[in-house]
Amino acid sequence: MLPELDEKVVRERIAKRIALEFEDGEVVNLGIGIPTLVSDYIPEGKRVIFQAENGAIGTGPPPETPNYKCIGAGGRLITLLPGGSYFSSDTSFGLIRGGHVDATVLGTLEVDQHGNLSNWWVPGKSLPGMGGAMDLVVGAKRVYVATTHVTKKGNPKIVKECKLPLTAVGVVDMVVTEFAVFTITDGKMKLIEIAPEVTLDQIKENTGAEFEIAEPLVPMKGLEVA
Amino acid sequence: MGKPVIKPVVSPQEAVKCIKQGDSVMVGGFNWGGIPYTLTDALYDQGTDDLTLISNDTIYEYCGQGKLVAGGRCKKVIASHVGLNKTTGRLFHEGKMELELYPQGTYVEKIRAGGAGLGGFLTPTGIGTVVEKGKQILEINGKKYILELPLTADVALVRAYRADRMGNLTYRGTNQNFNPAMATAAKIVIAEVDEIVNVGELDPNSIITQGILVDMLVLKGDSIYASRT
Repeated sequence: MLPELDEKVVRERIAKRIALEFEDGEVVNLGIGIPTLVSDYIPEGKRVIFQAENGAIGTGPPPETPNYKCIGAGGRLITLLPGGSYFSSDTSFGLIRGGHVDATVLGTLEVDQHGNLSNWWVPGKSLPGMGGAMDLVVGAKRVYVATTHVTKKGNPKIVKECKLPLTAVGVVDMVVTEFAVFTITDGKMKLIEIAPEVTLDQIKENTGAEFEIAEPLVPMKGLEVA
Repeated sequence: MGKPVIKPVVSPQEAVKCIKQGDSVMVGGFNWGGIPYTLTDALYDQGTDDLTLISNDTIYEYCGQGKLVAGGRCKKVIASHVGLNKTTGRLFHEGKMELELYPQGTYVEKIRAGGAGLGGFLTPTGIGTVVEKGKQILEINGKKYILELPLTADVALVRAYRADRMGNLTYRGTNQNFNPAMATAAKIVIAEVDEIVNVGELDPNSIITQGILVDMLVLKGDSIYASRT
């Protein structure tokens, strides 16, 4: 069993950790859910440029006065920071597929040790569709998966082989959960950071994938930020 | 014979009369933004069915093109994401409606190709997934690509900001989304706009959709969605 953390803590912790990954000037696309929170935790002094696949770059916080002609991919109202712009979906996906987006952060149903992920279809149950996810993970230079370590029923979300229909093959670079950080390089998964509440054994028990362990294995970064 | 240079400004009811049972209809919009709500409402009220709806998503059951799905007016939906409208998934799983899904970048490019006279295009998106099923795979310089084919429609309903009487269109904010591409890819294009101005009043540098593509203009209505978005 893994310790139970407050849902808000889980979401913030994952978002904060991923927010440490970006360099000044990088272009980042954030998915819906936990990934959306990442923009709240970019360390001061860094300017990360956020892209929304429905047609905006340089997005900023919600407006004080609503303008319903300006929304983000999740349907929330957005503003543009100075230097930002709006454009069409074909231009937007040209930016994405063309390799002009440095990183994308998205949630998942499953992610496996080979860097495959599945996040758009549970056959027979739900078929939300892939939306922009397939283009984002293929086009972005780095792919971050933000996910709880296990499902609501307690099953591992990080597995040996994805069972659900794939979103893409071998594209994931890093998986961040509330308890651990894994990298995937050349098809090999490695545990690099671990949260203070859990032991290595607990991580092993609750992770379906086979993974190497970094030397040294360090405490999860970003937790010191209040 | 060409289209009239000056485009008719018509009521939404008049505009959607050109949509017949069995037609394919493109509807612009992403999530709840940039949807021609006044036109989709008029089409819903007209009661036309057996439609093929081509829209990125099917929004909610109670608004926009989502009403067409919820009202059982569509025999088929071609989209990229339908998670917000539970009826879309239900009708598909019950075998009552066909559903064709594409990755969003592929989806818009299919429409762009349809309007730009291309026979198709090659994309790496979807390689190794069920998206490549039944499609031609080409290897170019050692990398695999899916051949995706163009997509066109009988009618496109688009949402723009300002139009001039020649049908030239400008857009605002994130309302462009799929609208400009769809305006190139249908036999009949109807634009819903905030405002219609005289020819010459729009800055030529700000025109995104050329008036030659547009057949009819409709002013946005006063429903809560149409008036605010």
